[in-house]
Amino acid sequence: MNDQLHIGNYTFDSRLFVGTGKYPSIPIMQAAHAASGAQVLTIAIRRIHLDDPSGKTMIDYLDRSVYTLLPNTAGCYTAKEAVLTAKLAREALGTDLIKVEVIGDPDTLYPDTRETIAAAQELVRAGFTVLPYIGDDPVACKQLEEVGCAAVMPLAAPIGSGLGICNPYSIAIIKERAKVPVIVDAGVGTASDAALAMELGVDALLMNTGIAAARDPVAMARAMKYATRAGRIAFLAGRMEKKRYANASSPTTGLIATRQESSS
Amino acid sequence: MTVSVNGVTHEIDAGATLGELIARLGIRRDGIAVARNYDVVARGAIDATALCDGDAIEIIAAVAGG
Repeated sequence: MNDQLHIGNYTFDSRLFVGTGKYPSIPIMQAAHAASGAQVLTIAIRRIHLDDPSGKTMIDYLDRSVYTLLPNTAGCYTAKEAVLTAKLAREALGTDLIKVEVIGDPDTLYPDTRETIAAAQELVRAGFTVLPYIGDDPVACKQLEEVGCAAVMPLAAPIGSGLGICNPYSIAIIKERAKVPVIVDAGVGTASDAALAMELGVDALLMNTGIAAARDPVAMARAMKYATRAGRIAFLAGRMEKKRYANASSPTTGLIATRQESSS
Repeated sequence: MTVSVNGVTHEIDAGATLGELIARLGIRRDGIAVARNYDVVARGAIDATALCDGDAIEIIAAVAGG
């Protein structure tokens, strides 16, 4: 099935993006990445440790011949911080992809919409392929599209919460009105959440904790791969109309008789 | 003169370059990026960038994240 995902100048066969955080170990992370079928992996940017300056960094554990890296600006609270982080990420990793994440509140990790839009606009102008994390707000998503973002990434629930698709109606409205790909980012907790999001018609999913915090992350990565695919195929197939009354699947004619039929 | 590297003050020789600072700290060159006074220094310009007293240097790399 030719059903590729196009984001800016990038094309992917997989519609599942996966993070690199919170895994029990590096080998489990690597096995989960392989099991997920993901082609895009997210990473964060931080100061190096000067007490171990030549030590390993996350890119030493990621096969860049297999995976496209999507650095994020997680931890930033202002557009200025996010823009500098993005430019450092581009220099360190040689990619123009950036997940813009500007947080407005440390407890909910909800995005600061104003700062997110400002950062996105500046980074688009600086030549980045910008994928912003944003609330499930159709207006904010439209504004991000208008400043030139290559996709929009509304949350389905707070980051790391695993609460699932809290507002499917908003996500559906965002998708209906967007002219750029919509990637549900944050909140997916299990396979049914992934399938539901994809059945709403969104273009892709980004998840981290839903896989990394499962009891068996590798198995959950596999489940998420199939759920994402199943949801996508179901969306393309077009679900049946919902009805309030039953409608028999078996013929209603030619039924056998257990009472003497009346003859006239 | 003194410069700050990732928030920690370091004493270096006057006229030292960013490349010399990175070498002295034993920092790897691949997979990192450097900002001087909140502007990114291109990889190819690190060795030729002269440091000034009071410069704020940030050196970053990729870590696990979502």
